Amino acid sequence: MRLLMRYFSILFQSQMQYKASFYLLTFGQFIVPFSVFAGLYFLFQRFGQIRGWSFYEVALCFAVIHMSFAISESFARGFDAFSSLVRNGNFDRILVRPRSTVLQVLGSNFEFSRVGRLIQSLLVLIWVVFHLSITWNILRVATLILMVASGVFIFAGIFILAATMCFWTVEAIEVANIFTDGGREMAQYPLNIYQKWVARFFTFVIPFASANYLPMQYLLGKESGSQGYLYMLSSLSGILFIVPCLGIWNLGVRHYRSTGS
Amino acid sequence: MKTYVSVLRLRLLNGMQYKVAAIAGVATQFFWGFMLIMVYVAFYSHSTAPPPMTLSQVVNYIWLQQALLALVALWIRDPELLELITTGNIAYELCRPCDLYGFWYAKLLAQRLSNAMLRSFPILIIGLLLPQPYRFSLPPDITHLCLFLIAMTLGVLILVAVSMFIYISVFYTMSPMGSLLLFAVIGEFFSGLVIPIPLMPAWVQTLADFLPFRWTVDFPFRVYSGEIGMEKAWLGLGIQVLWLGFLIVLGRRWFQHSVTKTVVQGG
Repeated sequence: MRLLMRYFSILFQSQMQYKASFYLLTFGQFIVPFSVFAGLYFLFQRFGQIRGWSFYEVALCFAVIHMSFAISESFARGFDAFSSLVRNGNFDRILVRPRSTVLQVLGSNFEFSRVGRLIQSLLVLIWVVFHLSITWNILRVATLILMVASGVFIFAGIFILAATMCFWTVEAIEVANIFTDGGREMAQYPLNIYQKWVARFFTFVIPFASANYLPMQYLLGKESGSQGYLYMLSSLSGILFIVPCLGIWNLGVRHYRSTGS
Repeated sequence: MKTYVSVLRLRLLNGMQYKVAAIAGVATQFFWGFMLIMVYVAFYSHSTAPPPMTLSQVVNYIWLQQALLALVALWIRDPELLELITTGNIAYELCRPCDLYGFWYAKLLAQRLSNAMLRSFPILIIGLLLPQPYRFSLPPDITHLCLFLIAMTLGVLILVAVSMFIYISVFYTMSPMGSLLLFAVIGEFFSGLVIPIPLMPAWVQTLADFLPFRWTVDFPFRVYSGEIGMEKAWLGLGIQVLWLGFLIVLGRRWFQHSVTKTVVQGG
């Protein structure tokens, strides 16, 4: 953990070397989801609601997913750019060091400019919380935090899976974007607006539902009693998603054959 | 003119080399298309007031957008040209015996065409075979199809003219990120790539009317599904030509101006 912090502080210093570029990137990260959010807002102005969900409820979904995506992307950036590590043969260097590979790849890069996206979703979240009539208690706050955490771990898991593919293909594959960017766009709406099979896929295979749809039932008071607690705990399954991903990663590491010389 | 055509042809052949990337692109675009349509289906299923566009028009809009993304997306950039400017290798370009604006314009156009050619047809053809409500339908009649083709061509020409401004601005800022972001975000929003323009509130639509962006995407797409009638379509084509002329003249002027002012350092 201390090592990871060292990695990050070095990266932070190096990224702050180009201040103007850093602020521009951060601003860009702020403005891009903002335009998506504006689109969402306009659609709700036109249609009023979507399958019984109001604008603020969907906006809550949006804020949670974008927040977890921002956090996850900034941490897992090293995995995102992993193909270059394999292609250059630099992964060999990581293998000979006496620390875990996951830790080192995690520390190899950190995108601080993603803070822009984080701020945007945080603003949306605050705005939404004021408009939704939720009686807040410790359990509900915990649910919200768990939702974000669950999302972070799901995205991280997908990033790791995509990086693992590089052990076989060397080159990064664009298709993985379906699950990162696509997953983000998809999960900004409650999952039950989609076709059944899509919702099922994103509940049981990649548990995005555990980051928004299921715990939101509890958060918004749509389900109460013991059923409600069950929904709340479902967000834990998103965190568990990382376990098989790490397993596959380790399998990939064992399979790794160096390309460098 | 011959020079530009051969530049176009060379780049086209070059871009066609990457077939696997194109297949992956098609798969991704397909997923996006499906996802967006599902969202709109959900919105439309409970709408109280009749929206200004029918669902099938929105579906057409989305499939066209997914299929032609390589043609119409502003964030696609040519790293080669940007590098030329920032590294100073532009000095070599200046030695070329032809008009540099036209040369770059042809290069950018070819890049977009070659990217789109491989990707668009599979998406549109499979789209035609899908079950309702996902089906991509044909335009109401042949005239609308012809009008769409003309409008789309003009739209792409306008788009490339707009994107030239990004490269010109790099002469001053030296980093493409800022202008690229600004252009991409504002441009894509007002060209209808985030949500279709007719679904936006009235004041945003008026704003979009004063910008060139909607003529690149929104207008041709709506001509396709027949939402824009004949008379309006002809009028729109006229406006497109005006914008195109204006943007090219302005861009060319500014380009020449910044090129003559460039100081290339180092040897």
